[in-house]
Amino acid sequence: MTRYARLLATAVALVCAPTLAQAQGKVLQLYSWANYVPPDLLKRFEAETGIKVNVDVYDSNDTMLAKLQAGGGGYDIVVPTNSILGTMIKTGLLQKVEAAKLANFANVDQPFDKPDVDPAREYSVPYMWGSTGFTYDSAKVPGGKLAESWKEFFDPRPELVGKIAALGDQGEMFTAGALYLGIDTCTENPEDAQKILDLLLKQKPAVKIYSSTGTIDRVAAGEVALHQQWNGAAYRARLKLPTAVFVYPAEGMNLWGDNFAVPKGAKNVENAKTFMNWMMDPKNAGEASNFSGYNNAIKGSAAFMKPEMRDDPAINPPEAMKARFRPVKDCSLKNRELRDGVWTRLRR
Amino acid sequence: MKSLFRFPGTATVAALGLAFLYLPILALLILSFNENDLITIWTGFSARWYRAVFTNADMLQAARNSLIVAACATLFGTAAATAATLGVARARAAWKAAVEGLLGLPILVPEIVTAVALLLLFVFVGFELGLLTVVIAHTVFCIPFAYYPIRARLAGLDPALSEAAADLYADPARRFLRIELPLLSPGIAAGAMLAFISSLGDFVITYFVAGPGATTLPVYIFGMIRIGITPEVNALSAVMLLASILLITIAFLLGRHSDKQSDKGNG
Amino acid sequence: MRRRGLAPAAPAALFLLAFMVGPLLLMLYVSTLERGAFGGVVWDAHSLAAYEKLVFERDLVGRLALNPDYLAIFARSFQLAAITTTVTLAIGIPTALYMTMLPPRRAAQLLFLITVPFWTNLLVRNFAWILLLRNGGPIDGMLNRLGLVSGPIDILYTPFATGIGLVYSFLPYMILPIFVAMERIDRRLIEAAFDLGANRLRVLTRVVMPLAMPGIVAGGVLVFVPCLGAYVSPELLGGAKSMMIGNLIQAQFGASRNWPFGAALAMVLLVILLMGLGLLALAGRRRKSA
Repeated sequence: MTRYARLLATAVALVCAPTLAQAQGKVLQLYSWANYVPPDLLKRFEAETGIKVNVDVYDSNDTMLAKLQAGGGGYDIVVPTNSILGTMIKTGLLQKVEAAKLANFANVDQPFDKPDVDPAREYSVPYMWGSTGFTYDSAKVPGGKLAESWKEFFDPRPELVGKIAALGDQGEMFTAGALYLGIDTCTENPEDAQKILDLLLKQKPAVKIYSSTGTIDRVAAGEVALHQQWNGAAYRARLKLPTAVFVYPAEGMNLWGDNFAVPKGAKNVENAKTFMNWMMDPKNAGEASNFSGYNNAIKGSAAFMKPEMRDDPAINPPEAMKARFRPVKDCSLKNRELRDGVWTRLRR
Repeated sequence: MKSLFRFPGTATVAALGLAFLYLPILALLILSFNENDLITIWTGFSARWYRAVFTNADMLQAARNSLIVAACATLFGTAAATAATLGVARARAAWKAAVEGLLGLPILVPEIVTAVALLLLFVFVGFELGLLTVVIAHTVFCIPFAYYPIRARLAGLDPALSEAAADLYADPARRFLRIELPLLSPGIAAGAMLAFISSLGDFVITYFVAGPGATTLPVYIFGMIRIGITPEVNALSAVMLLASILLITIAFLLGRHSDKQSDKGNG
Repeated sequence: MRRRGLAPAAPAALFLLAFMVGPLLLMLYVSTLERGAFGGVVWDAHSLAAYEKLVFERDLVGRLALNPDYLAIFARSFQLAAITTTVTLAIGIPTALYMTMLPPRRAAQLLFLITVPFWTNLLVRNFAWILLLRNGGPIDGMLNRLGLVSGPIDILYTPFATGIGLVYSFLPYMILPIFVAMERIDRRLIEAAFDLGANRLRVLTRVVMPLAMPGIVAGGVLVFVPCLGAYVSPELLGGAKSMMIGNLIQAQFGASRNWPFGAALAMVLLVILLMGLGLLALAGRRRKSA
């Protein structure tokens, strides 16, 4: 027994010593996904502003929301997506920071300067944006080309049955189904939801996996021939698999944006505003894009982006494709219940 | 005497079982030397992810937090479970059932429910969220993981031994240290190991009760899902595996002298 | 007989009363509340909708009907947990038996070796399995080269792959308790049985197994119960085509934003498990007195 005790004591001693020395001074508690704001960029921010950034991470918007709703917190910046930004504002989780008055806000590109959920940008500034379409491997599909339609995903050709992956996310699946069927994505009509459920049930035998985790690997390794995917992931998959093609479905695809916002109870509001402003500088936004693989909402940042990224149609869509974007909306409780019902019944 | 105790085939199963346990670990180690940024696709050899680990302060901090929490929660949880085992063994039937149920409770309640409920409680009471709240939460579920193996050990032990000791020493502390602890120690060790890996791997509960600066490694790795988990995690895993094996080896070398007498020679 | 009584159990019991029973009562309360329109709960509005939803549900069009969905999810999860427990038991008993035959120091080393893989992260281990199991991966390649199969093995994203992932994750929780129970068996008992002419099978079933039973029960609990809540392997290896209790309950605090329902599901699960454990304890007592 003593040897185990000794082992434990050694471990505790090794590990405890360095943590006790916590740096004092100007700090910013950033709550985000891991690697979403590049570590090197944060180092430069620290050097330029003297504000030390401590990063804590979450795995999804939903868990972040649940944690803040249960009273967790102590963070100065969170990074909610448009789909929950409205909820966070309405439930009083965020504080007004008059973000639109920050000096660099003039750099914000349309339509990110006035999203539905925070039209005057009182609470938030935009960060990365993305869109959900699908990627296919042109070497594995008949004729080497698929139509630019959700039909290829929901009602696949026989050759692709069992070689399709969908995102494991009720919002993404409901939205894609609604767009394909021409239904309002925020529909409160149960008949509409039933149509979407029928579509998904019919598609299910063709689906190999429902998961939003590791989509790049699945495409690049050729585990599936077609994957519903975010554009940033599609871009990175194509770097590994040159035959991968990202599709902007003609029926429309959702356009989501992530935002920096300040939770109620934040201790370092001024530092948070400094950070928000700093991140809207084109150079900084461009570097962030290079690291995260997603495009940002800042004019002039393209000049600082890696050429292979800037020139990828998945990241920088041609103007014609931009017409296919449907900004994500913050839907009602009724709609959320329908989404949830569809998702549960699909996998009952 | 030993040959009598030999059962054919068990060595094969044990070897296959161990191979099964180490197969993915091998894959994981190989991929830690992958040159590209995907964790399941090999393209070439590189040590870049090892360099990355040692310059990624957030990840190192998360690993350190994980080890602190696991060490503390294992220590507290195992100690409490050991004492509880002795208490329960001598309790009356009705009490016994109640306390046993209580000790098992943390694994019967789904993690997410414990997680949100503990967070609500901490907020309600006004505990500041941080590493301490994580340690408390981990101790909660470490108790049953330690308790069950220890109880399994105690279940068949001869109570006469400790009663005889009570007659001779009459001092509960000595009785515990000299008789009960050595008899229970394999159970305690097994319980501690299970508690430790359970704590080290926990994501859901940690995520909710952690405050700023208390991100642990599993929380960090789950947070990487969106942008993509890189072989950096494999490299860190490799370093931790190496460290664990090193620690164990050191502990065994140290223990070789002091524990000689406690090894039972009745084989 | 001298009774020291419950006193040594007090620290653990009081700690769990504060940090487990307390939160649990809070959740019981939450399960009787109305869900908030944007997640969370309305703290002063009561409703039993969460419990109604378990068995009955308005379908998408609004009709109230008996709804077997959640019962099916419960049944599936229990089945998967039972299979996982059985397989880990089948590997765990022989492995533990083998370890008891080793010198104590070797056995302790092996014990460590069994837990060391779990110093790595769950997600990363599952990704390693994806790499190993996929078509064109090492296992597929080897089986094809050996001529054991021809063509892709098609294991990944099936329930079988989920099973592999779960057995993997829970194996140490089975082996360790069985080992500690078996290791204290007095070997003279076994010798005596052999001397009296019993064959290996009889020694195993009549002497070793009954004495190892506390370990088997402990291992069974530590595998079966947490397995019900497993959520990573069913998605990453199994393909997430069917929901498990773990996913279902977790979703209520995530995307579904229905805390009361999540809490109600947990309460029902808890009651089922407590009844199961009660029966197990009763059976154990009867065996002892028989």
